[in-house]
Amino acid sequence: MLEIDGLSVSYFPDKKRIHALGPISMKIAPSDIYALIGPSGCGKSTFLHVLSGIIKNYQGQVTLKGNPIDPKKHDIGFIPQNFGLLAWKTVYKNCVLSLKIKEKIITPDQMNRIDYIMDQLNITDLKDRYPRELSGGQKQRVSIARAFIMNPDLLLMDEPFSALDALTREEAQELFVAMWNQYKTTTVFATHSIEEAIYMGKKIVILSHYPGTIVEVIDNPLFNTENLRENKAFHTLAAHLRSVVKKGWKL
Amino acid sequence: MRLGEKIKTFLQGFFLFNIIWYIMAKLINMKALPKPTDVYLNMGHLYGENLFIHVLVSLYRIFSGLGIALVIGTSIGLFMAYSKLGNKLLNPLVYFTYPIPKTALLPVVMLLFGLGNSSKIILIVFILVFQVIVAVKNATLNISPEVYHPLTSLGASKLQVFIHITVPAILPELLTNLRLSIGTALSILFFAEGYGTQYGIGYYILDAWMRIDYMGMYAGIIVISLLGFALFILIDLIEETLCKWKGKLSNSH
Repeated sequence: MLEIDGLSVSYFPDKKRIHALGPISMKIAPSDIYALIGPSGCGKSTFLHVLSGIIKNYQGQVTLKGNPIDPKKHDIGFIPQNFGLLAWKTVYKNCVLSLKIKEKIITPDQMNRIDYIMDQLNITDLKDRYPRELSGGQKQRVSIARAFIMNPDLLLMDEPFSALDALTREEAQELFVAMWNQYKTTTVFATHSIEEAIYMGKKIVILSHYPGTIVEVIDNPLFNTENLRENKAFHTLAAHLRSVVKKGWKL
Repeated sequence: MRLGEKIKTFLQGFFLFNIIWYIMAKLINMKALPKPTDVYLNMGHLYGENLFIHVLVSLYRIFSGLGIALVIGTSIGLFMAYSKLGNKLLNPLVYFTYPIPKTALLPVVMLLFGLGNSSKIILIVFILVFQVIVAVKNATLNISPEVYHPLTSLGASKLQVFIHITVPAILPELLTNLRLSIGTALSILFFAEGYGTQYGIGYYILDAWMRIDYMGMYAGIIVISLLGFALFILIDLIEETLCKWKGKLSNSH
């Protein structure tokens, strides 16, 4: 269980105080996927940075499995917008980076898991390449592989597919959902695409303009539906979301 | 550029250079500018003159100077990049001393550290260390904060961040700097070996000059040039091995 209680974040540029996010409270159950949707600058990234331990200065409480969130104690997978691959490491070394940092010994079991996931994401052949030799879609698949290989307690993604072209994006979304169906990793991701939120989010959280607060949390009945875009309910939900978003973002 | 191509370029340059030299020697027709063919034919005799000892002594001085400058410069550069206090303290000093022509300090260094090897090595260190400090500091500060995020979210220790991010990220710039430094180091060495020593390729050239042994002098000049070229290639090889991820090397033509 990931519990967020009264979280708010402020920046202090030039000794001024800028309130960037919150207060936000929510409870995320294991195996949930939360889609955060909000206008740019509403603090989506800030929120994810708090959960991933990159921002340590915040008010309120964030606990994962009962302990204050701490990347040294929890296994947190984080996929930033630019995929976060290290340019000087090969695909394989990028994939096992999390295990290396966590100083986990790679057992034969783990080896199988690594091979299996890399195979599922179709990057086994790219093993010895460097990130600059990869396309955007390939980089994305490597970053997804890295996140699932570490088997995280919590997976965070910051607009994970926004840098991809439309077709590659759909493919990547499908791959992600397929991976999630196997491992049921608790996930929070930010997006500005209503479609993506409906396709990939079990729960959809609509955030307001900056400083971002929760406008509405919607249970998404359409999560994990095949041929989503041909489904009539999809258009109804998308229209509803759009209206909430419009109201919320005007505040 | 691959090694084979480099050697090809080298040979082409070598060939052209010698043609120009040959024509100049023919035109000027003075003892002070012998034909390249005469110099090369004479080089066979130099084995007896222990030329290789001079080369070894010079190499020892260059590598010691480079090594010390790298260790000190990298440490100070990192300290300045990662510690605000360190930067506040050291930046004025580096800023002030950077443009001072350190070769002018040769007499001071020799007075303080004697005429032996140490003063020559110290002079090389003096000149190179500032370049290394500035290069390492800038390269470190140029690492975008986002690059650290994946490791931060994994709870990496400072040492892990250093090993997995800082070192590989600054290595290309450090090697580029090293390439420039080697040229500088050789020039300083030539200058420093003019005093208080009877070994070193710089001494060898100056000594031959004084003895009006033009053949020997030119042989020395050729050897010091080849030395520079060999060190250049060495750095290229290191860069190609360690910075494979960068793809095309920025300094190859």
